[in-house]
Amino acid sequence: MSAPSDAMVEIRSVHKSFGSLEVLRGIDLSVRPGEVTVILGPSGSGKSTLLRTINHLEKVDQGWISVDGTLVGYRRDGDKLYELREREVLRQRTKIGFVFQNFNLFPHLTVLENIIEAPVSALRRPRKEAVATAEKLLERVGLADRAAAYPGQLSGGQQQRVAIARALALEPRLLLFDEPTSALDPELVGEVLDVIKDLAHGGTTMIVVTHEIGFAREVADTVVFMDEGRIVEQGPPADLLDRPAQERTRAFLSKVL
Amino acid sequence: MSLTSDPPIDPPAGTPDGPPAPKAADPGTDYGELTVVPARHPWRWVAVAVTAVLVAQFINGLVTNPGWEWDVFAQFFSAPVILKAVWLTLQLTFYGTVLGFALGIVLAFMRLSASPFLRTVAYGYIWAFRSIPLIVQLLFWFNLAYLYKELQFGIPFGPGFFTFDTMNLVGAVSAAVLGLALHQAAYAAEIVRGGVLAVGGGQLEAASALGIPRLRQLRRIVLPQAMRSILPNAANEIISLFKGTSIVSVMAIGELFYQVQVVYGRSGRVVPLLMVATAWYILLTTALSIVQYYVERHYAKGAVR
Repeated sequence: MSAPSDAMVEIRSVHKSFGSLEVLRGIDLSVRPGEVTVILGPSGSGKSTLLRTINHLEKVDQGWISVDGTLVGYRRDGDKLYELREREVLRQRTKIGFVFQNFNLFPHLTVLENIIEAPVSALRRPRKEAVATAEKLLERVGLADRAAAYPGQLSGGQQQRVAIARALALEPRLLLFDEPTSALDPELVGEVLDVIKDLAHGGTTMIVVTHEIGFAREVADTVVFMDEGRIVEQGPPADLLDRPAQERTRAFLSKVL
Repeated sequence: MSLTSDPPIDPPAGTPDGPPAPKAADPGTDYGELTVVPARHPWRWVAVAVTAVLVAQFINGLVTNPGWEWDVFAQFFSAPVILKAVWLTLQLTFYGTVLGFALGIVLAFMRLSASPFLRTVAYGYIWAFRSIPLIVQLLFWFNLAYLYKELQFGIPFGPGFFTFDTMNLVGAVSAAVLGLALHQAAYAAEIVRGGVLAVGGGQLEAASALGIPRLRQLRRIVLPQAMRSILPNAANEIISLFKGTSIVSVMAIGELFYQVQVVYGRSGRVVPLLMVATAWYILLTTALSIVQYYVERHYAKGAVR
């Protein structure tokens, strides 16, 4: 095992199985700081699972992942890796923002309470400071006037923008998006993608699993194509989307474009 | 007045949702201008009449039958000896509920825990206390001193430091509270567990992705949402415990039912005194139901329905 490099995310020969089903079959990937990586692939290709291993929502069976130079889920001591306790894993996760396909906002808390919950309880920020940050973030995602609303009173697009603000409230060094627009009505996709694009131009490192090819073309620094638990190919969007080297990639793109 | 809500009026014939327009109608008819005649429900009125007669008969019986002895009822309803018994019944219910649910919540999370040890312990507890009849358990606690005359704190199988006389430590009322709470905990655990399972898995996943500490996840994210499905069942349990305290009368504890038995044993006025107990149980259960309504409303925050 080589030492973690200067990459923001380093993924090395990661394997993962659910029972007898091998979902990830040896993934290697590096993401440089400030880069936007978009992962494409058919459903069941393992892209969501890969994303979830990066913040240890799924444990890997083999291989390792480091974020910002720190191993995820393990601590190295000499030639042994010690599994971290839940409390330590939770602390690591505060540095990685995760946005879910189904938003997963807390329905019994207001928009503002959703955003300040983690800064107050996990980072022990003073409530006042957390509220001020939350209000700024809400303004950034265009929902400054909805702070007192409950998630159920918002449209899907608004809920996902709140979820993004909630992830940003921890000031993460890395943002992970798991199909952030797949649960949205077509006409609401744009408002969420605009927020993500805005973050991308602001220099946040992010990995986005999506089916939005147009978004990949416009925002991605690197596009990764996955199939059957492996990375088929990766490269700049212009190369991968317009001149894919692999037949499998070409077949996939011809169906979705 | 209607006994049931009327079904929605069918869309007028000829509209996209309605049945096809009758062929006989003129092609140019605008059905929107016709008067709608709601469906008639004559049998409802028959049912109302029958029920009204039965209720009138029952009330008539209550008023005219001297056997109810309403004067005796009035005399004992607010007698100090009864009020004291009501108070004790309320205390038994309160401590049984609070201790029972406190332990029940712990047991529920133990059963849901990742640790096989905790799961097994909680399962064993629930199995045992659901299997033993409450009355047997109560008599056991009440007669604890018969089995163990002294309780000692010290090194297991070694020397002891403090010794208590069991008879003094576990009085009749505390034995009753202990028995009710331990019994209640087993049922409360399953109710709480059911409520927690009803909260979507995405909620815990989102909370742990945000790094929210584990206990806080349960207290702030999971429990308040679980409360929506816990509350109706919990209210059932509390009300059933409230009336179930009457079982404690086997331990000669002066709660409502025992006290009523004592009074009618002396005076022979069985019916009016049973009515005194019944009236108190109804009154206080109604009060609990009203509290339930407001508590449920509180936890419905953010619900769209």
